[in-house]
Amino acid sequence: MYKYDNYDQAIVDARVADFRDQVKRRIAGEITEDQFKPLRLMNGLYLQLHAYMLRVAIPYGTLDSRQMRMLAHIARKYDRDYGHFTTRQNIQYNWIKLEECADILEELATVEMHAIQTSGNCIRNISSDQYAGAAADEVVDPRPWAELLRQWSTFHPEFSYLPRKFKIAVIASAEDRAAMRLHDIGLELIRKDGELGARVFVGGGMGRTPMIAPEINPFVKADDLLSYLEACLRVYNRYGRRDNIYKARIKILIHEIGADEYRGQVAEEFAHVKTLGIDPPLAELERISAFFAPPAYDASDVEPDRSDPDFAVWLDQNVKPHKQAGYAIVNISLKPIGGIPGDATSAQIDVMADLAEKYSFDELRVTHAQNIVLPYVAKRDLYAVWQGLRDAELADANLDLISDIIACPGLDYCSLANARSIPVAQKIATRFADMDRQRDLGELKLKISGCINACGHHHAGHIGILGVDRKGVENYQLTFGGSGAEDVSIGKIIGPGFDEDGVVDAVEKATEVYKALRQGDERFVDTYRRVGMNPFKEAIYG
Amino acid sequence: MVEFRYRSDEVTEQPSVTLDAFLDQSNATAVRLEPDDDARALIPFLDRLTLIEVAFPKYRDGRGYSAARILREAGYQGELRAQGDVLVDQIAFMRRCGFDSFAPEASLNPEAVARALSNYDHVYQKAADAAVPIWKLRHG
Repeated sequence: MYKYDNYDQAIVDARVADFRDQVKRRIAGEITEDQFKPLRLMNGLYLQLHAYMLRVAIPYGTLDSRQMRMLAHIARKYDRDYGHFTTRQNIQYNWIKLEECADILEELATVEMHAIQTSGNCIRNISSDQYAGAAADEVVDPRPWAELLRQWSTFHPEFSYLPRKFKIAVIASAEDRAAMRLHDIGLELIRKDGELGARVFVGGGMGRTPMIAPEINPFVKADDLLSYLEACLRVYNRYGRRDNIYKARIKILIHEIGADEYRGQVAEEFAHVKTLGIDPPLAELERISAFFAPPAYDASDVEPDRSDPDFAVWLDQNVKPHKQAGYAIVNISLKPIGGIPGDATSAQIDVMADLAEKYSFDELRVTHAQNIVLPYVAKRDLYAVWQGLRDAELADANLDLISDIIACPGLDYCSLANARSIPVAQKIATRFADMDRQRDLGELKLKISGCINACGHHHAGHIGILGVDRKGVENYQLTFGGSGAEDVSIGKIIGPGFDEDGVVDAVEKATEVYKALRQGDERFVDTYRRVGMNPFKEAIYG
Repeated sequence: MVEFRYRSDEVTEQPSVTLDAFLDQSNATAVRLEPDDDARALIPFLDRLTLIEVAFPKYRDGRGYSAARILREAGYQGELRAQGDVLVDQIAFMRRCGFDSFAPEASLNPEAVARALSNYDHVYQKAADAAVPIWKLRHG
């Protein structure tokens, strides 16, 4: 894991002092809420329906047990004893007092954490593959690149007042676990003739106008990457729309001028920017990479004893192959049946920290599906890890099943929402509570957003649910066929919306159609893509 | 009105003209850029300009930051002024992009400005100012 040096620490410490001063000026009335808003937003502080919400950055979703324990401590001391892990691999606290914000940031800074640029029209937290460093199929660990980008984008003087927020994801596997092409910039690290570089995709996103990012450059060399990204951002900063907040993301610019025109403008800008000497030497990437060296693996390759049936189910569903023989990747589901997707109590966060320290070389990851990963668990320890999780009610064996739902906070918390998301997630999970039934349905990614901004990734759901407000009544639209993975696609609305119970019934009918029509190993989304929407519509509306 | 100026030469007395007016004819030495204007249109004329004023009608509109860097990257040495909705918490970023004078619509507290400019000892990225990026400090 990356460790701050004195420079990194000084910047985060200075930010705490800076923000303390800004809050003081706001409380004293020296600045108006309107003037304070961009400042607090640049630091992850939102004014929500009931209270302030603070979003803390977890760069590329990687953290150690000390940091995880700090997250539990903050939930316990400053919030209501829980935190909410987000689709951008961050954590949010929903019940924060403005007066305590600077104290929270000060505590975070003691464990090399911050809330810098977790909101605002700037470059947000860099996201990545939660299996980075452990995945058998990766070309290289993407996290050193993500850290390089974190530093480059932190307080970037030119790109802090962009037309709109800007999200970057970095992956290094053909399998996309980070919804890379649904980001403003998606980078896929590849090797070409022995040299490392990035495929650059620009202009993806969800929101009210979902778009899949087109490839803008098939290969940018490592030591050109920052110049190339500056060129991408500069074209956007100059020409992205600012007349309409809903058309201000880079995807709209690229859609309007076309990928070829954008590519040409970036190439021209890059030719100039490259002369400015803004790219760090490769030695900087090497310095950062040294922090991500593989851990000291020492376990022999033994298969765990499967005699406990509950453990065996969890093993099959939540544990994934590792690149190192004798090790496995453990997924911890934060989706208990009837729970709130992504929420964890302080006590549970502490348990996960303890297990990471004892069994996973002190490392954890947050996933964009709002779960937690222990990336380096020896197979001989899997049973002990499972027991620890089970005792903390963290052993739900539903990874990628229908109850592993992504949901935004919705109208229960969010000031933008039109409809509640959490109760719908809870009802669906409860309807499909039977594990055999879920496992029979197989991989089925269900995602719920409580408004058109699509924070719950409904466009990318095999089944997506969008909550809207129809004449004062919550109404839920269903979309089928989306995916945020390497088979990326945008879901299509199947027909008129439903009320809360109606949408749960419709989902159930859709699963029955799938069961009747599936061939071989087809997943729900495969069957849907093969047979089309009609059989589903007939069953649901028929 | 110029409230903060970080250069020692004389203030230009000539009023600035619009980009269109400047490109049409003029031998003006001061130009004002609106957010929609292309700063690169001025590149052939930088030698004879002593003041470029960049308008910020709303602080949220960040196009002026790119305009400033483009002008500095092209070698412009004259005064580069940010005018309009310029707030104390934007000034450090503006300085880094090459602005060296500020004419905020609403007057700013000089102490707060001084504090904002001295808050951070180091920066991560190379920009249009003289600050040495951290990666360079690390690797020499």
